[in-house]
Amino acid sequence: MEPLLAIAFGVILAASAYLILSRNVLRMVLGLILLGNAANLSIFLSGRLVGPTPPIVAAGIDALVAGAANPLPQALILTAIVIGFAFVSFVLVLVHRAYGALGTLDTEAMREAEPAHEPPQPTPVTSPAPRKEAA
Amino acid sequence: MPFTALAIAAAIAAAAPLLLITRLPPAVRGWAAAAVPFALFVGFATMLPGVAAGSIPTDVMRWVPSLGVELAFRVDGLSLLMALLITGIGAGVFAFSGRYLAGHPRQGRFLAVLALFMAAMLGTVTSDHLIALFVFWELTSLTSFLLIGFKGESERARAAALQALLVTGAGGLMLLAAALLLGQAAGTFRLSEIIAAGPALTEHPLAPAILVLLILAAFTKSAQAPLHFWLPNAMEAPTPVSAYLHSATMVKLGVYLLARFNPVFGGEELWTGALVTAGTATMLVGALLALRETDLKRVLAYSTVVALGTLVMLLGLQDPIAATAAMTFLIVHALYKASLFLVAGIIDHETGTRDATRLGGLARSMPVTAVVALAAGLSMAGLPPFVGFVGKELLYEAKLTHPVAPLLLVGAGVLANAAMVVVGGILSVRAFLGTPRGLETTPHDPPPEMLAGPAALAAGGVLFGLLPGTLGGWLVEPAVSAVMGSAAMGSATPAPLALWHGFTPVLGLSVLTLALGIAVFLRWEPLRRRMERWHLLDRHGPERGYTVALGGFQWLAAWQTRLIQPGSLRVYATVTLAVIAAATAAPMLFGGGIAVPAGWLDLTVYEAGAALLLMAGAVAAVVARGMLAGIMAVGVVGFGSALVFLLFGAPDLAFTQFAVEVLFIVILTAVLLKLPLREPEHRTRGQRRTDAALAVGVGSVGALVMLAVLASPFDPTLGAWFGAASVPEAHGRNVVNVIIVDFRALDTLGEITVLGLAGLAALAILKRRPQAPQGGA
Repeated sequence: MEPLLAIAFGVILAASAYLILSRNVLRMVLGLILLGNAANLSIFLSGRLVGPTPPIVAAGIDALVAGAANPLPQALILTAIVIGFAFVSFVLVLVHRAYGALGTLDTEAMREAEPAHEPPQPTPVTSPAPRKEAA
Repeated sequence: MPFTALAIAAAIAAAAPLLLITRLPPAVRGWAAAAVPFALFVGFATMLPGVAAGSIPTDVMRWVPSLGVELAFRVDGLSLLMALLITGIGAGVFAFSGRYLAGHPRQGRFLAVLALFMAAMLGTVTSDHLIALFVFWELTSLTSFLLIGFKGESERARAAALQALLVTGAGGLMLLAAALLLGQAAGTFRLSEIIAAGPALTEHPLAPAILVLLILAAFTKSAQAPLHFWLPNAMEAPTPVSAYLHSATMVKLGVYLLARFNPVFGGEELWTGALVTAGTATMLVGALLALRETDLKRVLAYSTVVALGTLVMLLGLQDPIAATAAMTFLIVHALYKASLFLVAGIIDHETGTRDATRLGGLARSMPVTAVVALAAGLSMAGLPPFVGFVGKELLYEAKLTHPVAPLLLVGAGVLANAAMVVVGGILSVRAFLGTPRGLETTPHDPPPEMLAGPAALAAGGVLFGLLPGTLGGWLVEPAVSAVMGSAAMGSATPAPLALWHGFTPVLGLSVLTLALGIAVFLRWEPLRRRMERWHLLDRHGPERGYTVALGGFQWLAAWQTRLIQPGSLRVYATVTLAVIAAATAAPMLFGGGIAVPAGWLDLTVYEAGAALLLMAGAVAAVVARGMLAGIMAVGVVGFGSALVFLLFGAPDLAFTQFAVEVLFIVILTAVLLKLPLREPEHRTRGQRRTDAALAVGVGSVGALVMLAVLASPFDPTLGAWFGAASVPEAHGRNVVNVIIVDFRALDTLGEITVLGLAGLAALAILKRRPQAPQGGA
């Protein structure tokens, strides 16, 4: 199962990259959600899949039995899911707001901060030497 | 109490009260401003007998102990000579500026910066620690920048200030590099220890680099050709600044640096060759260009270039006579040049012009100034009994000692000194004697505080000319022993200074120089007009190189800003993804990182189904046309991952994922109510194709990394530790929960904070009323 999920991870990553490159902001958000899923999956896989037993210490004993799932990646992913949710929700509010203000979802049209038609211009160098008149 | 440190502190402290000088009546400002420099001059003068007898007062204070940086001040003959010039000429300049700029609203600021400059100069010439020397050196460049650009409303002043800062600042960086390398090579940053070690340092592999860096630092500061161009342009500064910084003191720092390190590098052919060549070239360039100018200050500036070239050339000669000539000429030049600059300032102040072709016969209306100008101008021309004559005799004597090309040096010297005769003549004889050339105003002698400085300096020129032995014994010889190093001085005795040497070849050269100078002086005006037409010099001189280089830098900056920050989100995303993919792929492909784990077919049907669900959802998200279909496809991937979590012992994750997926769909749908669902795809077909290629690349690299991770051995230590510690230490049986709320509780607090802040920020954005569309947007 692990190698197959590694391939699935690659496919989700590729889909997420393609969507992030889109000029439509909403599709970029979809790409971000996929990227979060891919990241969680990679953490889960790196901790190895051993079987269906959850990491819960049974009553009467003091330690996890051999064959229980690795608890550490699960703790990490739990945090990651929540933070990813907060992040994407915030981005969605931004998108909503940006559309309200700019009337477009095209990233190339959202150039208030770095306008495309005003590249930085070098300031002309003035020479401090007095100009010699041709006699 | 350490006097040198106190002197520097006093100069810095003087800046604050000087800011308020405009509260005083104009007539007393000059005297008030000159008080501190004059007191410091007297203080340094009291050190003369001790230093002449061979003692070297040294103070050491801890500054940055953790970095081994100390404030160490050491006053040997060379430092004392410079300190006396700085404070003595400073006193005259401060007195002059108190009156000269009395009508200027920012006079207080001017004098305060001038005081800071004086402190920086004193620090540079007395520092015994390389890092402190560098800091003070840079402070002189910065204060020079502020002073040249004092008339900030003038574009030329701003450009000249920037030019001086860039050229001397570049030299400052080289000094820093040289200081760091020196510290590494010598094992100490203390200047005195490095000098005491002497030529042994030249055996170090870093020595050639240090040598070149030091020479370049000195050449930028002391305006050696072809880096001389900033100095004449610096004449945009108010005249007292030109007199003080750009003739008498700051531009001598390069000479000071070379003199300081002469005991270490003096034996190197590269050192002597560079100094003699550049110095001679600078002499000739300055002499030639000085005769083209009509502005008194620019004429003087080019003659300063001549003097600086002469000093550098003399230091390269490596002979006690040459060193004596250098130190004597250093004093001689400072005396007459500062005096002449201040006279030029007086002329400008009284007549409203600095154009040499319009000035003449001023002696009738300003007799006292005329006497001062003549004394200084004739000293510059090298006539007896002025000290300039003593200096010039020594120059020729030193040049004749050169083993390879004495005639070449003497020839260059005759030309340069003849130019000095002409310049001295223009400033004194032509402007004050000669025929009046029709000025609108009637000039007068200025008030005493403006005359005090130039008069004292000119009087010094006469006094030292008549008593050269005093000059030699008290000032020159102690400095020469510092330049030559104690070892070299052991055998040779410095040449005694004298006004009259008898009928020697040197006297013949003096007469020749004078004759040539007078001949050129008499025909100066037609000659100047002809030379002014050499436009090739203006178009292709080194200053053109500066303009082109500066323009090139700006073009480069604009170009790379456009390249790196085009403002397109797509470009940023493309570059980021491509760099990550390439940087990850390269070590895997070329470092043998590719590995494939076993167990491809070790799976159940429903496990395979979950994996296929993930892939199908991802592909569907990409090909979906409408937004609703895309959201559903992304939801499929989320539910697929929840399924994987469920199948492999992570029910907590599965439940959280399910909950989040549902919330996503609710929020997305809420947002979508306001957004166009079928916004067309803006990407062109070609863009889509390259994007797809990049995406496939990123995905492949990710899959390869994942496979390599799975193929490597697994270390279960951490998971096992948490599994074993959960019940005994935290009394919880759900190990994942225990990690989150107990072992890594602080991380969880951070997570909650992120969630809270995101919520608050979203609330703030949503509550803001939409702005009315701005005009034109």
